[in-house]
Amino acid sequence: MSAPVIWLGIPVVAAVLFWAIRSERWTAILGGSLALILSILAAVIPIDQAILLGNISIRIASTFEILGRRFILSSSDQVILVLIYGIISFWFFGSFVIKFAHRLVPLGLMITALLIGSLAVEPFLYAALLIEMAVLIAVPLLAPPDKRPGRGVIRFLIFQTLAMPFILFSGFLLSGVEASPADISLVIQAAVLLSLGFAFLLAVFPFYTWIPMICQEAPPYAVGFVLMLFPTISLLFGLRFLDRYTFLREARQLYEILQFISILTMVTAGIWVMFERHAGRIMGYAAVIATAMSILAISLPNSAAAVGFVFLLIIPRALGLGVWSLAATLLHQHTHSLAFTDIKGQARHLPLVSAAIIGATLSLAGVVPFAGFPIQFSLWDKIGGSSVPLGIWFGIGILGLTVSALRTLAVLVMAPENTLWQSSESWSERILLGLGLGALVMFGLFPQWTQLLLVSLPTVFERLGK
Amino acid sequence: MPDSILWLAVLITLITSVTFLLVRDWRLSLALLALQYCGMFLLVLSHWPPGMAAAKLITGWMSAAILGMTQSGFPNFTYLDSSWPEGRTFRLFIAALVIIAIASFAPSLLVWLPGISLPVGYGGMILIGMGILQLGITIQPLRVTIGMLTVLSGFEILYASIENSVLVAALLSVVNLGLALVGVYLINAEDSARQVEEVK
Repeated sequence: MSAPVIWLGIPVVAAVLFWAIRSERWTAILGGSLALILSILAAVIPIDQAILLGNISIRIASTFEILGRRFILSSSDQVILVLIYGIISFWFFGSFVIKFAHRLVPLGLMITALLIGSLAVEPFLYAALLIEMAVLIAVPLLAPPDKRPGRGVIRFLIFQTLAMPFILFSGFLLSGVEASPADISLVIQAAVLLSLGFAFLLAVFPFYTWIPMICQEAPPYAVGFVLMLFPTISLLFGLRFLDRYTFLREARQLYEILQFISILTMVTAGIWVMFERHAGRIMGYAAVIATAMSILAISLPNSAAAVGFVFLLIIPRALGLGVWSLAATLLHQHTHSLAFTDIKGQARHLPLVSAAIIGATLSLAGVVPFAGFPIQFSLWDKIGGSSVPLGIWFGIGILGLTVSALRTLAVLVMAPENTLWQSSESWSERILLGLGLGALVMFGLFPQWTQLLLVSLPTVFERLGK
Repeated sequence: MPDSILWLAVLITLITSVTFLLVRDWRLSLALLALQYCGMFLLVLSHWPPGMAAAKLITGWMSAAILGMTQSGFPNFTYLDSSWPEGRTFRLFIAALVIIAIASFAPSLLVWLPGISLPVGYGGMILIGMGILQLGITIQPLRVTIGMLTVLSGFEILYASIENSVLVAALLSVVNLGLALVGVYLINAEDSARQVEEVK
């Protein structure tokens, strides 16, 4: 038995089996349980070490070979496995409440396995192909079979597909740079192609237009899942590039470019979101800002701190998007649209749903006392400490998101006079939303809970983490 | 492989990709796509053994067949992209601009990718350029899928000159077929939505 078989093979097989289950409830329970078990196993089972079970000794190998290529999930990757499978398990459990498990669980497991495979494959340039396959599988998730595919889904497919050729080409050029690092023109060519590849993959300015579009067109729960998983894995993939290539790690210009691009993305998204009149699109911009923040974190001069920030930002981002997508789905089921004109005054009928939407947006904006605050404030402090103008631009991006959260709040409570407060959420919805809101607040009040992640970081990235 | 055959392949890719911009009939579009893969096959053949290059041709034809079988199940329906000028002259004009840009850029590709010949560089860049142009002016699932297959064909022609791994070729074939299947899914979704609208 090897680690890739457990954390990549089993989810793929399970995805196919879960497809055959017709019950929403059982699909959600089985899918969520499997993801949770995989997360717990990643936390407790040592890889490449003998485990004694009575008289039997078992060793989980880190490597799985197929067609001359290797998938490697070593002990250093366990923190990533715990994090990703832990997050998706809660997503799967939540899908039961909104009756979306039958589509999300099989496709979600397949996408997760492919994306984790992209981090495990050696040579790691094959990752671009695996990410592309995950993108292709994500399309049926985002485009319902009975609805005209919108521009957002089409652009998602186009932009994410265009990333693959650039990354594959840059990989070829980077191997040349490794052989002759003094060849400046080769370095520039590789850097240009790599930047374009990651610009498409991470959806930075000006390639993020599909995100607000897709948030308007596609089922919110599916969008939340995709916006949580794809950028997270792409960021980790990007960190692997930095960790592997010394010349990239040591190029000061790269960090300046990352700073510029991330701030530009944050500011433009922050300005657009301020004038937005659609709750779904607001969350799209929030996701864009969250990704830009992680890229900004990578540009910090201290590489260990940078990697730490990227990891710590994953939890509030996943939590914020999870709570938002659940609440937005429930709101959408009542109003059939998330446009401000349609959700006006809904807080009187759906108070907990409205609170969850506002709470999630404020958390992604880094407002006290939500989960995003401690880590985003520390990042802002670091950025402002290194450059005051950068700190101001960072603040503008955040301000835009905060203003849009307040506008959403104003719209949601803007009911006609004498409308009674009457919660029409079911108990299961209330429990799940309450847990989500509670988690948002608890992670904001006790940020030290996420610090556990930092312990394993030096092993995840050999050179960056130290 | 003689240069004349490679230049013939470039001509095939040029004619098919430009004509594709101008025609609206899906049968003709898919026939052009199939022909385009013949040009691609000849260009890839200059770097890969015939067996591997043929895999690309077969994959491309399979993609075209998948799209064709799906489309043939639907009644004839002309989709229009209302946001862009539909005129053939306009499309020819922007295609000419892209070709001029490619003509100026393709020779420098020889420096970027050592070992590549000029016709292969032109062939790859023409498909990439025309594919991107196509993607920029439509949101119809069939045309978007063909546009993306065209971009990928161009990329694969260039990539074949630097990478001859069987596994990469296999994974790229999977991506091509996957793209065609996603295209089929989107075409079906579009048709279902149209039927619902008609019933209403």
